[in-house]
Amino acid sequence: VRRLVIGVGNPDRGDDGVGPAVARALRTQVLPGVDVVEVAGEPTSLLAAWEGADQVVLIDAMSTGAAPGTVLRHDAGTGPLPPRDSCSTHGLGVEDAIALGRALGALPRSLVVFGVEAASFTAGDRLSPGVAGAVPDLVDRILAELAARPPPG
Amino acid sequence: MGLKPRKRRIITVDALARVEGEGAMYLELTGDRVDRVELRIYEPPRFFEALLRGRRMGEAVDITARICGICPIAYQMSACAAIEQACGVTVDGPLADLRRLIYCGEWIESHCLHLYMLHAPDFLGYAGGIEMAADHPELVRRGLGMKKTGNALVALLGGREIHPINLRVGGFYRVPTRRELRGLYDELARGRDAALETVRWVAGFELPEVERDWELVALVHPDRYPIETGVIGSTTGLRTEARGFPEHFVEEQVPHSTALHSTHVGHGPYLTGPLARYALNRDRLSPVARQAADDAGLGADCRNPFASIVVRAVEILYAFDEALRLIDDYRPPDRPAVEVEPRAATGHGATEAPRGLLYHRYQIDAAGLIEHATIVPPTSQNQASIEADLRHLAAGWTELADDELTLRCEQAIRNHDPCISCSTHFLDLTVRRNP
Repeated sequence: VRRLVIGVGNPDRGDDGVGPAVARALRTQVLPGVDVVEVAGEPTSLLAAWEGADQVVLIDAMSTGAAPGTVLRHDAGTGPLPPRDSCSTHGLGVEDAIALGRALGALPRSLVVFGVEAASFTAGDRLSPGVAGAVPDLVDRILAELAARPPPG
Repeated sequence: MGLKPRKRRIITVDALARVEGEGAMYLELTGDRVDRVELRIYEPPRFFEALLRGRRMGEAVDITARICGICPIAYQMSACAAIEQACGVTVDGPLADLRRLIYCGEWIESHCLHLYMLHAPDFLGYAGGIEMAADHPELVRRGLGMKKTGNALVALLGGREIHPINLRVGGFYRVPTRRELRGLYDELARGRDAALETVRWVAGFELPEVERDWELVALVHPDRYPIETGVIGSTTGLRTEARGFPEHFVEEQVPHSTALHSTHVGHGPYLTGPLARYALNRDRLSPVARQAADDAGLGADCRNPFASIVVRAVEILYAFDEALRLIDDYRPPDRPAVEVEPRAATGHGATEAPRGLLYHRYQIDAAGLIEHATIVPPTSQNQASIEADLRHLAAGWTELADDELTLRCEQAIRNHDPCISCSTHFLDLTVRRNP
């Protein structure tokens, strides 16, 4: 049984780096049996990253028009993510990886996606205050997620 | 949605999702006349040229790898070739073979991603690889399986899959053992089988019958299909070492793009990439790849842009075959890299990135600091020829409604696997009709 946290994004593009930032924060915690990785977001590398994992929690920036720092939780087992342009910030990214994984029978048994509303994607910037402020709570939610949902099977 | 003739139509496509660069397409029609075609590309290598100034020459290898997440090896190899030429060093033997081997991995990765996820769906009527996977999961699994083997080869030699860290001027930081390479052998052999099936699959696609009169430019090598080495050649008879590139090819600014347009002096626009490599080096394919090309019905000199998918499949097959040969013949070198002492000089390097010729030039000082850097990526070299393709093809498509016309234009662009369309479809289509 393999459990995995995937932070998606580019740490050098402002709030796009929220996935990697959460991944780094989680690495400071003791999480027996949980791997934490960072992935740029290209779908086939996401498929490769979660291959063989049973429970996956994924974090990516999103752009829906909500207040910066707003967090949405989506269980990929319940259906596709909202359409393009309203969720992942990667042109061909998380929602495509999930759709591709579903078509190929290559989805983890449990896949939960946390989307964090971004304010800015400026190259070279750090996280904006609203997004940085959302990170500690999100880390707690992910820890609870991993604790409350023992790996299936 | 039918359109009345003589209406002026302007189709713009903005903000393409990026892989190497960002781009957009602008097409203006009046009735059945194509008024303007512009491919706009915002090109990051220009910034890299500036930030390389003042850095140590060895850093160019790691810095330029960052230009593209799909083909970092190409940038690293062209940088090494240019710097080593400046310093009067030749890297040969097993180190050169290992460079060719990791480059095979990159060709496999890049070509499989483009062919299976973006290009093949065009011929089979799918919006993309994901939609195709829903109906043909076994095909997409085959493509992604091959790509994964390419990744594994790059990771083994490069230290990691994306932006490899084990390459350096003079060679590598660490070279693999024979045993490590043999560990990939069976997987590569299965990949070769899958690649042969891929050639047969795409050879059955219905291709639009188009013939283009591009000048084709690629590296040419007397013994081998060109990947990491060769002289620059063209179908008009040019043959020059990489150092002749600035004399024969000029880059010009065009108002609609930050990418410079390249032309062959005295000849005009030209095309690099699989079709050019194939036209100039077909005889140097390995027997299995040449046979597959013959069986697929590729002539000696293929000028149909839509047939690039078949040539790309043949090159995947060749890359697997060549990787297996290189592993068979591998004897570890005495040392992982040769010493490269800096000297004040200018060096030129050209290698074959998956999407075409990639040229680097560095002027370095006696201490090995970069004084000036020039990088000419394949997409900017191909830009004028892609626009010419669009102009030619769109003239036959003016009866189509805007959405269908846009789709066809995307396909015509995807024939050449430019960085801008590797990642996704055009976004935010805007149509304006003027009386």
